Amino acid sequence: MTLSLNIKAMLVSVAILIVWLGVWEIATPRATAVGEMTEYEMLMGGGAPKAGIPAPSEIIAKAVEELSNPFYDAGPNDKGIGIQIGYSLFRVLAGYFLAALIALPVGFLIGMSPLMHKALDPYIQVLRPISPLAWMPLALFLIRDSQASAIFVIFICSIWPMLINTAFGVAGVRKDWVNVARTHELGPLRTAFQVILPAAAPTIVTGMRISIGIAWLVIVAAEMLVGGTGIGYYVWNEWNNLDLTSVIFSILTIGVVGMLLDAAFGQLQRAVRYQE
Amino acid sequence: MKSLGNPFDGKTDLRHTKGCGCADCKSGASTTAREDMSSDAMMERVIESAIVRSTFGHRDISRRSFASMLGASTLAAAFASVLPIDKVKAAILDEIGTPEKTDLRVGFVPITCATPIIMAEPMGFYERYGLNVEVVKTSSWAIARDMSLSGEYDASHMLTPMPLAITLGAGSTAAPFLMPAVENINGQAIVLRNDHKDKNDDPSVWKGMTFGVPFEYSMHNFLLRYYVAEHGLDPDRDIQIRVVPPPEMVANLSAGNLDGYLSPDPFNQRAVWENAGFIHKLTKDIWEGHPCCAFACSAEFAQTMPNTYGNLLRAIVDATQYASASENRVEISEAIAPTNYLNQPVEVIQQVLTGRYADGLGSVQDVPDRIDFDPFPWHSMGVWILTQMKRWGYIEGDVDYRTVAEQVYLASDCAAVMRDLGLTPPEETYKSHVIMGKTFDPAEPEAYVDSFAIKRS
Repeated sequence: MTLSLNIKAMLVSVAILIVWLGVWEIATPRATAVGEMTEYEMLMGGGAPKAGIPAPSEIIAKAVEELSNPFYDAGPNDKGIGIQIGYSLFRVLAGYFLAALIALPVGFLIGMSPLMHKALDPYIQVLRPISPLAWMPLALFLIRDSQASAIFVIFICSIWPMLINTAFGVAGVRKDWVNVARTHELGPLRTAFQVILPAAAPTIVTGMRISIGIAWLVIVAAEMLVGGTGIGYYVWNEWNNLDLTSVIFSILTIGVVGMLLDAAFGQLQRAVRYQE
Repeated sequence: MKSLGNPFDGKTDLRHTKGCGCADCKSGASTTAREDMSSDAMMERVIESAIVRSTFGHRDISRRSFASMLGASTLAAAFASVLPIDKVKAAILDEIGTPEKTDLRVGFVPITCATPIIMAEPMGFYERYGLNVEVVKTSSWAIARDMSLSGEYDASHMLTPMPLAITLGAGSTAAPFLMPAVENINGQAIVLRNDHKDKNDDPSVWKGMTFGVPFEYSMHNFLLRYYVAEHGLDPDRDIQIRVVPPPEMVANLSAGNLDGYLSPDPFNQRAVWENAGFIHKLTKDIWEGHPCCAFACSAEFAQTMPNTYGNLLRAIVDATQYASASENRVEISEAIAPTNYLNQPVEVIQQVLTGRYADGLGSVQDVPDRIDFDPFPWHSMGVWILTQMKRWGYIEGDVDYRTVAEQVYLASDCAAVMRDLGLTPPEETYKSHVIMGKTFDPAEPEAYVDSFAIKRS
């Protein structure tokens, strides 16, 4: 029965897609072929495509063109979509793992110690709501390197969900389990790794999953600002030319990559889940 | 590296053109071919190439056909018979000096004002002076400023008021910056949205309208302010001026967010091309020959790497001079239009550079000097910019106009390079300018500021 429900859902999804794309395709105005043009009409771009929302068929054609040669490199400002995504992923993952390196131990500390929780809480509350991009000018000025600044921005936005979820997960571990560990005379390190970490893992991974989502959101905006490389730069560069076909194609690409990142952490979440 | 090919050989192509298929252009990084050549050999080749090129002009095709007709060695001998090439090489090598650093990063904002900085890469001007320059597209002038301050860019495309503002610490931390060359003169326009066609004749009815300019410390801002103030409007009270990045101008105009803008091209012409607006006035009609964008670097770069700085400046001045010849403009349009550089339709760039354009009001205009390229940084232009910064309250207190202008605008460096390249720089560095019929005397800046009815200071 579940299988047939899945198949039904898939059929409905495909039907929605076809209807939507069909209406879009028909509703898109076409550039009409014109006969002899005066010089003025030619200089006004008569017959040339105007900036506007393209038909789905044009976006698909663009996607085929870009994806058939994703790793071309025609100079510093013209690289394939694969290379751009590679740059963005590198920045996201670098900033993200740096954040994990700090957020997980500090989160553990806060979760275990009510004193540290109370002491650090004001800082977390003030720093957490700051938009990551607000750090950008300061980062550019202090770090004096755009690549490192972009990584720093990812770092600063990834750290909070991981930190808070880790602290929450660690603090929420059932007291009986810690007491059992104590009666078995486990050392504090063994208690942390064998009792608390597995018990808090689902909450921690949830925090990590939220973080990677935010990091992927932020990198696009950061790269639009700094330029140079990355999927955000690609969007900005095509926007510079009012080329909406490429802009829509890159938006879809950003969505797909974000979905894959999220799915990877979904798998991880399933792996650490346990039944009480 | 194409321009390091043997210039006497008819089979080598010294040009990098649009769609160039050579290995350097394909791989993007042009470092491979140069490793097997010593820097001295490279400099010699560059000089040989420059001599041959100067004989044949920039028409590589005619050089090639001539060379294949005679054969490389005959051609080399022919040159040697009329010109002591070895002595010339020795003399130039002695004077230029080997660059301390050959791999450079130069930033640019993708607009036609940056034409010389951009075209110098695909057309081989940097290579001619022994430099391997990567031109890096930058999303805004604030970022160009920050990248230059941080040293990520060795030099950068800037707006002529920016090095003055950075040196004075207006809008950023103060750091001594230099502007040894202007990029373009003229080349901007005031664009209005299509539904304001009835307001084209009389700017005094613009009260309440919203305008975009690309950056606060820009000629665009100062010229727009000057223009509306001459028509009796206070730019801070009667109209609203917003900073909008150039690429967003056209979309904001058609969405109704902006009623008009004074922006760099190609976005004026692009608004006409997209049927969003029309060209109200070219800025050359406000101030004929006004400076706009510039080539700038930190004082530190020029001092620690004098040879690199000198060669880079030569490449820029050479390219600027090449761009000012109207017969080269079609070729340049094609070289700078691709994704790597401006990422714009060639037809739009061509209308800007050749000055034969549709104005959006139904006529074809023919203004060959709509944009022009002249590297000489007049000190009087710097003083004028400072008077406007003072007038609108961007800088306060007593301003030592001439000292600041002379410290930042390196007219002497530019003049020396121009003489090297066989050009004639002006003798003076100050002259009076006429802006909308009003004469600006650079000797009396304070009196000039006081002479305006509408001002902040």
